[in-house]
Amino acid sequence: MAAVGALSRIARLGSRICKNRVTLGGNSQRRGIAACIDPSHGLTDEQKEFQKVAFDFAANEMAPRMAEWDQKEIFPVETMRKAAQLGFGGIYVQPDVGGSGLSRLDTSIIFEALSTGCVSTTAYISIHNMCAWMIDSYGNKEQREKFCPDLCSMEKFASYCLTEPGSGSDAASLLTSAQRKGDHYILNGSKAFISGGGDTDVYVVMCRTGGKGPKGISCLVVEKGTPGLSFGKKEKKVGWNSQPTRAVIFEDCAVPVANRLGEEGQGFNIAMKGLNGGRINIASCSLGAAHASVQLARDHLLVRKQFGETLSNNQFLQFKLAEMATKLVASRLLIREAAKALQEDRPDAVAICSMAKLFATDECFNICNQALQMHGGYGYLKDYAVQQFVRDIRVHQILEGTNEVMRMIISRNLLSES
Amino acid sequence: MSGRVLVGVKRVIDYAVKIRVKPDNTGVVTDGVKHSMNPFCEIAVEEAVKLKEKKLIKEVVAVSCGPQQSQETIRTALAMGADRGIHVDVSGKDYENLGPLQVSKILAALAKQEDAQLILLGKQAIDDDCNQTGQMTAALLDWPQGTFASEVSLEGDKINLVREIDGGLEHIKINTPAVITADLRLNTPRYATLPNIMKAKKKKIATVKPADLGVDLTSRLEVLKVEEPPQRQAGMKVETVEDLVVKLKEAGRV
Repeated sequence: MAAVGALSRIARLGSRICKNRVTLGGNSQRRGIAACIDPSHGLTDEQKEFQKVAFDFAANEMAPRMAEWDQKEIFPVETMRKAAQLGFGGIYVQPDVGGSGLSRLDTSIIFEALSTGCVSTTAYISIHNMCAWMIDSYGNKEQREKFCPDLCSMEKFASYCLTEPGSGSDAASLLTSAQRKGDHYILNGSKAFISGGGDTDVYVVMCRTGGKGPKGISCLVVEKGTPGLSFGKKEKKVGWNSQPTRAVIFEDCAVPVANRLGEEGQGFNIAMKGLNGGRINIASCSLGAAHASVQLARDHLLVRKQFGETLSNNQFLQFKLAEMATKLVASRLLIREAAKALQEDRPDAVAICSMAKLFATDECFNICNQALQMHGGYGYLKDYAVQQFVRDIRVHQILEGTNEVMRMIISRNLLSES
Repeated sequence: MSGRVLVGVKRVIDYAVKIRVKPDNTGVVTDGVKHSMNPFCEIAVEEAVKLKEKKLIKEVVAVSCGPQQSQETIRTALAMGADRGIHVDVSGKDYENLGPLQVSKILAALAKQEDAQLILLGKQAIDDDCNQTGQMTAALLDWPQGTFASEVSLEGDKINLVREIDGGLEHIKINTPAVITADLRLNTPRYATLPNIMKAKKKKIATVKPADLGVDLTSRLEVLKVEEPPQRQAGMKVETVEDLVVKLKEAGRV
């Protein structure tokens, strides 16, 4: 945008086509499905039902408030609890502790659909799900019964604490120490960029109980209110604004040994297993945003006229839309294949989850960005949803393992001897 | 009153889809278009499930007339809490000609076969807006009807009903068995939950043919043409009330 004059002209134009804004930004546009990108292709009847509930919930409960949650930085506790009542609180947690017991593919389908309503909130729900699953899978009977039911109903919310100021990609070099004293661990250190930090109740923390490297890391569940647990300031972010992000600080924080998930030294293993699913979930969130953005772009092209005809008659834009749709479907297929590989415990599961995360987060960001471009000046206004999709999914290329780390994992798989 | 409730559910084009008329003007485009349960049918299912939860009725049976895809609509009803489904298989030309008269004959036959105490329907379908099936079904069965219901309560073997009518709200009391059609404000349909969707997989959907019920599907109506509504003309602004009256007289509106 070169001149101030252009900006004010756009602002006046914006208010003049205000009536179009409701249809262009309205949630009904995200309900309509253009045939070739229909996300229900190839699904079983039951999966279509899951998807339908998630789409309906997204359209009715999330999409109308997505902009408000972003602008006012609201953590939508009530809406998430409503989602939990439908079973979205512990989608792949076992039913005996309140979960829905569904597969990774079912989960991906659900997060993809929910994301069309609000990426940031869905991404938090997926992190919450991952924490619930960790306790479900690696916890003993007491831990599962103590924590999982409340997490599945979202009576309590969870946060995942791995990253530190000094260790992001190099996660195994984390420094937060947990010294054994009797039947407690005394935690010292801090975690950075923790989603939900300060507002959530249950913290799944990776900390060092042993020596250097991955084998010295254990996993502890820390409850809010534990003395010595405090939080940093709420970070100001470009997107993901419906979830608070804070540093989590441990100062001589005593955590019962009974809260340790699995064995000492098993923590890193648990973290890596959790991340495989987390990567599929985050990629699925990118997918939902891209899907919604393609629909918004398509609808805009059919309405906006320049040079005497609708933009949809412009071949460059037609071809661009086709490329966006193709990359969208390609991303979706790769993610769903990765989900299948994970739930079947295939040997290529880790690599393909990394491939799916790498490919989908990059491509879907480009799709959303391109959709914004197609909206012209309007795409830059916060009245239009497409900019929020762009801002919200930008971080998906960074967290859950940067896309650079994904390349490390894939190349290691290709170049290792065995 | 306890017993069986039949709920009719219709598969229609989703309300958010932009309808397009077929180039040959014989109907609207349905191929590849998103379909879902008629919103008023959702309200009817919700009411039936609520009655079952209050233990006022024993069984909710979801019925849909149409091709194979109608089973998806029945599955949605099962996921909301219906106990079993009946798919009345109607396809091809018969399906194109399927209207309120035929459906009401089918529902009447099923009501007798299933010994239903109550038939709950949506007040109208959002595709044809006929608003006839409930009324016709009641007439064929010679049952009382409570249409445009915004409140339903069972009292012994009678039903108290509040109807939304042009003049306001009408309170009536009808005997059972009866036909009730749901209006918008009767309730807010629940989302199916993930566990209920999985339970719905185990619920049975029986398939029957209209011939098995002794129903004749021939239509007394023939669709001649379907076309788009005329393009909306621009309005015009006038300066004074006198100008407005002159313009209205010119247009023959006054």
